[in-house]
Amino acid sequence: MNEFVAPEIDWAVLSPVLVVLAAGVVGVLVEAFVPARARRVVQLVLTLGALAGSLVAVALLWDRVLTDGLAFVVDGTVLLTPFTLGIQAVVALLALLGVLVVADRTSTGQDAFAPTAAAVPGTAYEDAARQAGLQQTEIYPLMLFATGGMLLFPATDNLIVLFIALEVLSLPLYVLCATARRRRLLSQEAAFKYFLLGSFASALMLFGIALVYGATATVSLELAVSRLANPDSPVLTMMPDLVIAAVLLISVGLLFKIGAAPFHTWTPDVYQGAPTPITAFMAACVKAAAIGAMVRVLFTLAAGLDEPLRRDLETGLWVVAILTMLVGTAAGAVQTDVKRMLAYSSIAHAGFLLVAMVGLDEVGAQAVLFYVLAYGLATLGAFAVVTLVREQDADGVVLGEATHLSQWAGLGRRSPLLATAFSLFLLSMAGIPLTAGFLAKFGAFSAAVEAGAWPLAVIGVLASIVAVFFYVRLIVLMVLTPPVEETADDGVTPAGAVAADGTPDDGFRDGEGVEDGPEPARTGTLTAARALAGRAAVVVVASQGPTAVAITVCAVGVVLLGIVPAAVLDWTTQAAAFRPFGP
Amino acid sequence: MTMSTFPWLTVLVAWPLVAALATALTGVGRGRPAAGAASGGGAFSAGTARTVALVGALVEVALVVGAFLAFDTGAAGTHQLTETYPWIPAFGASYAVGVDGVALLLVALSAGLVPLVILAAWHEQGGDAVRLRRYLATVLVLLSFMVLVFTARDVFLFYVVFEAMLIPAYFLIGGFGQGAQRRYAAVKFLMFSLGGGLIMLAAVIALYLQVPVDAATGLRPQDAFLTDNLTGLALDPMAERLMFAAFFLAFAIKAPMFPVHTWLPDVTQNATPGTSTLLICVLDKVGTFGMLTLCLPLFPEASRWAAPFVVVLAVISILYGAILAIGQSDVLRLIGYTSVSHFGFIILGIFTFTSVGVSGSSFMMLNHGISTGALFLLAGFAIARHPRHSQLVSDYGGMRTVAPVLGGTFLVAGLSALALPGLATFVSEIMVFLGAYGRWPAAVLVAVPAVVLAATYVLLTYQRMFTGPVGAEVAGAKDLGGREKTVAGVLVAALVVLGLVPGPALDYVREPAEVSVELVGATDPQPVLGAAEGSEQ
Repeated sequence: MNEFVAPEIDWAVLSPVLVVLAAGVVGVLVEAFVPARARRVVQLVLTLGALAGSLVAVALLWDRVLTDGLAFVVDGTVLLTPFTLGIQAVVALLALLGVLVVADRTSTGQDAFAPTAAAVPGTAYEDAARQAGLQQTEIYPLMLFATGGMLLFPATDNLIVLFIALEVLSLPLYVLCATARRRRLLSQEAAFKYFLLGSFASALMLFGIALVYGATATVSLELAVSRLANPDSPVLTMMPDLVIAAVLLISVGLLFKIGAAPFHTWTPDVYQGAPTPITAFMAACVKAAAIGAMVRVLFTLAAGLDEPLRRDLETGLWVVAILTMLVGTAAGAVQTDVKRMLAYSSIAHAGFLLVAMVGLDEVGAQAVLFYVLAYGLATLGAFAVVTLVREQDADGVVLGEATHLSQWAGLGRRSPLLATAFSLFLLSMAGIPLTAGFLAKFGAFSAAVEAGAWPLAVIGVLASIVAVFFYVRLIVLMVLTPPVEETADDGVTPAGAVAADGTPDDGFRDGEGVEDGPEPARTGTLTAARALAGRAAVVVVASQGPTAVAITVCAVGVVLLGIVPAAVLDWTTQAAAFRPFGP
Repeated sequence: MTMSTFPWLTVLVAWPLVAALATALTGVGRGRPAAGAASGGGAFSAGTARTVALVGALVEVALVVGAFLAFDTGAAGTHQLTETYPWIPAFGASYAVGVDGVALLLVALSAGLVPLVILAAWHEQGGDAVRLRRYLATVLVLLSFMVLVFTARDVFLFYVVFEAMLIPAYFLIGGFGQGAQRRYAAVKFLMFSLGGGLIMLAAVIALYLQVPVDAATGLRPQDAFLTDNLTGLALDPMAERLMFAAFFLAFAIKAPMFPVHTWLPDVTQNATPGTSTLLICVLDKVGTFGMLTLCLPLFPEASRWAAPFVVVLAVISILYGAILAIGQSDVLRLIGYTSVSHFGFIILGIFTFTSVGVSGSSFMMLNHGISTGALFLLAGFAIARHPRHSQLVSDYGGMRTVAPVLGGTFLVAGLSALALPGLATFVSEIMVFLGAYGRWPAAVLVAVPAVVLAATYVLLTYQRMFTGPVGAEVAGAKDLGGREKTVAGVLVAALVVLGLVPGPALDYVREPAEVSVELVGATDPQPVLGAAEGSEQ
C-alpha cells in the first residue's frame, strides 16, 4: 500500500528560492550556448533579474505570511515565517549588491577573477589564458546557487533540507574562493582551508541530525520538539543527554557558518584569500542566512527543551558569544591587513549577533534581523571599497588590491569620497550614533538585557570599545595621516616616510607583510612587504559603475537606517512578532 | 505662525547645517587643487567661505536672540519652546527638544562663541583655503550638534547627539590641529569619550528597560525615552547607583574631572585655539549639563548617595588642575589645566544640592565659557604673532609693550579666570562657595586656596608673556587688528557686563536650580543661605 501520492505543492511558497535556483540552472546553460562575448552581459542580466525577482517574490508573499503566521510546503520541507521572509529579503538584497561589486571590471578592464581558475598558478597555460583574454562567467551561476542555498537555509523545518541547503550554499562558495585573479596561491589555499573545515563542520552537523533522528525518529524539527516534550522513545529514556549532544553538534555547524569562536579560524584566511567581491558577498550574505537558520533551529528547539537543558543551551551560547566578541575584537586590533581586519570585525559582529539572540525570544529575533541588515550593508560596502584601492607598479600597471593598512594612509586626500564612504562603514561597524550600526547594537544589547543577560551586554559594550579602537585607527590612517607616497618616484621610500613621520599613535609597524607565501611574480602582485619597500604606489581605480552604485546604496542605507529607522524597525518588529520559530 | 509655535529650537539646530553646507560648497566648481598641492583654492575662495560661514553663524546668533524673546523668563524653570515628535517608536525614542533657562544660556554661549571662533580662524590653517573651508564647515556642523544636545529632552536623542558630536570634534582636533601630536590627541580624546559613552549606553539601555510595560500591548510606550517619563521611576537602589555611576563616568570624562581628565591637556595643546574654545568652553559643558539635567533628576537617591565621593573628586580637580596649571610651560596646555580646576568648581556647585550652589554652577558654565574662550583665543592671537608659532610661555616676554591691546584684554580674561570681583566668574564662584559652605563646609575650606593658586597661574603667565623685557622673537609683533579687536572686545565686554550686572542672567538659572534641587530631593539649608544670598546680591 505504499503507493506514492504526489504532494500538493504550493509553488508560491517556494518562489523566492526557486527563482534564484532556476536562474542558476539557466546560467549554466548560458555558459554552454551563448557566445563568449555576450555571455557576461547575459549572465549579469539573468543574475540581477533573478535576485530582484526573489525580492519581489518575498514582497508578494509578505502579506499572506504575515496574516497566516506561516506558510509551508509538504510538512515544512520549506517553511516560511515572517522572520524567514525577513532574512530572505535581507539576503536577496545584499546578494544583489554583492553581484554589482562582482560585476565591476573597474577602469582596469579586469574583474577580480582568474581567466581560468583551473590553470595551475605560474604555468604557461595560465599565461596563455590571460593573453587570450578569457573570462569566467561561471561566477554568476555559482553565486546564484549559493544564494539559493542561503535563501533555503533559514526556511525549512526539515533537518535534512537544512543540511542540503547548507551544502548548496557552501560548495559554490568553496569554488568561488579559489578564483582570485591575483595572489592565486593564497586564494586556493583559502578555498582549500574553507572546504576542509567546512566539510568538517557539515559532517558534525549531519551527525547531530542523525542523533536527533535516533532520539526522536524524525527529521522534522517541529515533530522532534514535540516528541522531546513527551519523551516516550526508548532511546530518550535510556540516554536523555543525547539531545544535548545533538543540539551541540547542529549548533557547531551553524556557528561555523556565522564565524563564531572557537569555530572562526577559517574566517580571516578565507576572507583575505578570496577575491574581494566574493568576500563581500560571503561576509554579508552567509552571515545573514546562517544566523537566520540558527534562530530558527535554536528557537524551535528551545521551545521544546525542558528547563535544565534550555539553560545548558543558553550557557553554551553565552560562552560562545563572549569568546567570539573577545577573539574578534582582540585579534582585530592587531591586524595589519585591511581584509583580515574586516574579517575579525565580522567575527566580533557574530558575537554581537549571538548576544542579541541569547534570550531566544521575539525581541532577540527582531534585533537579529535589524542587525544583519545594518551589518551587511556596512560590511559589503567596506569590502566594495577595498576592491577599488589598488597597487600600481612603476610602469603604471594597476595590480592587485593594496590591502596592507599602511598603504591606506592618506586615502582621504587621494579620494575623499571613497574615504568618506569607508569611514562611514567603519563608524557604523563601530556603532557610532546616527549610523545603522548604533541602532543595531542598541537593539542587540537591549534584547540581551531584557532577557536578563546583562553581563553579556556589558561585555559587549567593553568589546565595542576595543573594536572602536581599530576602526578609528583606520580612519585616522585614511583621513588624518599623510599618504605614504604620492607617486612611486618621489624619492622617499614609503618605509622611510613612515618612520620619518614618526607618529607613535598609529601603532603600525612596518615589517612583515601578509603571509601570502611564495608567489610567482607573473601573477602580477606585489606583496605588501615589497610594497612597503617602495615598489608599488597606491592608486584608486575608477569603478565602471556597479561598484559605485553598491557603495552608494550601502552608504545611503547606513545613514538612513541610522537617522530615520522607524519604518525598517517596524518591519523587523512585524517580522519577529509572529513566532519566528515556526508552527 | 505665531511666535509661540515657531519651532525655534529645530531651526536653531537646522540652520548651522545649512550654513555648513553652504560653506562647504563655496569652493565647488572652482576645480579641485592638484593632488599633493595642498595650498590650492586661492584667496578668493577662502574669503567667500569665511564670509559665508561668518554670516551663517551671525544669523544663528540672531535666531538665538529670537528664541530669547520667545522665552518666558518668568517661568525659566520649566521647559519651553518644546517640540515633540515620534522618532523611533520601536525604541521609545522621540525627537523632543525644549529649553529651560540654563539650557538656553548654554545655547546662547554656543551660538555666541562660534562667530568669534570663525573670526579668530580667519587666517588659520596655514593659508590653505580648502582646509579652512572644511574647518569652518565642521565648526558649523558641531554647532548644530551642540545646540541639539543642550535642548534634547529625550535621553535617547541626547545620547545619540552626545556620541555623534564626537566625530566632528575628533576631526577638528586631528585634522585641523596645529600640534605635532594632534592625531594622538584626537584618538585619545575619542577613545576616552567613546569609552565613557559606551558604558553610558549600557546604562541607557538598562534605564529604558525600567520603564514599565503597557499591560494591554506588552510594549513600552513609544515615548518612553522622554526625560520626563524617565524621571521619578521607582528604581532598585543598587541598579540606580550603577546607572548613576555609568552616566556620571561619561559626564566626568567629558567635563573633564580628575582622574579622567588626562585627554584634555593633550587636546588643548594640539588643537587650534578656536577648536579648544568650542571643545572646552561649550562641548565639555555637556558633561556638567548632563550631571545637572540627567544624573540629578533621573537618579536622585544615587546622586545623594554619591555626592560625598563626587565632592571629594571635585575638590581634588580644583586643586590639582590649578597646581598643574602653574607648572605648565605650554600656554594652551596651561589654559587646559585651569579648566580642570574650573570644572571642579562647577561640579562642586552642582553637588551641593542647594539652589545657590546650583545656580552658581549654572552661571559658571556660561562665565567659564566666556573667560576661558577669551584666554584661548587671545593666547592664539599671541601665538600667531610668534615667528615660530611657539606655544611656550618662555618664548614670549614684554608683549604688553608691543601689543598693548592684546596684553590688556588677556589680563582682563585672566582676571576673570581668577574670579576678580567685578568680572563674571567672581559672582558664580562666590555662589558656588556659598552653596557648598552650607552643605560641605570642609570641602570649601580645602578648596579655597585654589583662589590663590588661580591668581598665581594667571598672573605668573601674564607676567612672563606680557611684562618685562620684550622677547627677541616677538619684538616685531603688531598689536591686535580690527578683526581681532572685535573678538577680544566682545568677550571682554561680556565678562564685564555679566560681572557688574549679573541679575538678568541669574534670572535664567535661579528657577531651574530650584527645580533641580527639588528633583534630587534635597532642601536648601534655608536660613544661612538665604542671608548669604541676600548679602551677595
